[in-house]
Amino acid sequence: MMNFFAVFLGDGMEKLRNNFIKTLPVMAGYIVLGIGFGILMADSGMGLVWSFLMGALIYAGSMQFVAVGLISSCSSFLTIAVTTLMVNARHLFYGISMIEKYRDTKPYKPYLIFALTDETYSLCCDDNTMDKVDYFEVSLFDQIYWVSGCVLGSLIGNIIPFDLTGIDFALTALFVSIFVNQWIHAKDHIPAVYGVMVSLLCLVFFGKDSFLIPSMIGIIIALALPRKMKKEGE
Amino acid sequence: MSMSNLYIFFSILIIALVTVGLRFLPFLVFNNRVKVPAFIEYLGKVLPFSVMGMLVVYCLKDIKFDSMENFIPSLLGVATTVLVHLWKENTIYSIISGTLVYMILIRII
Repeated sequence: MMNFFAVFLGDGMEKLRNNFIKTLPVMAGYIVLGIGFGILMADSGMGLVWSFLMGALIYAGSMQFVAVGLISSCSSFLTIAVTTLMVNARHLFYGISMIEKYRDTKPYKPYLIFALTDETYSLCCDDNTMDKVDYFEVSLFDQIYWVSGCVLGSLIGNIIPFDLTGIDFALTALFVSIFVNQWIHAKDHIPAVYGVMVSLLCLVFFGKDSFLIPSMIGIIIALALPRKMKKEGE
Repeated sequence: MSMSNLYIFFSILIIALVTVGLRFLPFLVFNNRVKVPAFIEYLGKVLPFSVMGMLVVYCLKDIKFDSMENFIPSLLGVATTVLVHLWKENTIYSIISGTLVYMILIRII
């Protein structure tokens, strides 16, 4: 029994370590972006408790930055709700892709769904070796980084001795490297091409503040096309 | 001050609820009792590829082509990330090199 326990714990530690390493790029991006967020909050007159609450309850990076602007300009609750809907609608996609992967993940499931950010999604969406404990640890690590960053930004943001401007590019680089990685290992490149092309087209037509939802609709339509043609050909 | 604590609190609550709602909706619609339609299952398999492309575009949406400093750092940062990833296939290397190139370029251009 003791032996079994030791083996189990050892295995758990090994998993924990691997998942920690897996989340390191997110740590770099989240802590820095979180600090940026904390500084912005401080500049807008909102203190540490609000930074913590937002990181803990909203836990959506880009939306939190938008939220600072909305709140400090005293926008109406309706505007706030609609803007959130627009900015975060892409999370519907993450949910759709994770239905199967998160199917048997009790008791972690509610937290996994709550904590499904762009970055956590990008780490979990195409790795078939992960089990529910891996999903949970990756999700939790990521949120710990984010909340730490937000709080740290509120605390020490204005006294960081060196200039970190531009380090938030780490998140762009994270998505780019995952995109390239998927490209290398995918048999079918069409969905990736659709993702880039449709989004670029929508960016040109709808502008940078409102192209996400048109892009999502466009991508679904584009993805539906070859299927239909295949069905007709059968 | 017009920005009362109660106003901030309710704003945060609304954003949190809408975000959680969006994250839970697909799981609530296609819960364990309902068979997931074939098209949604298909979307689940191919969307990760499309979404990553969309996220890359989303991250680069603020690029402007009106002057060098507004697009060279981002484009070369992305190019470095891509090349290093093709070379090493290691996410950490790709991210560090791309970010460094970007951070250096925004300071010298």
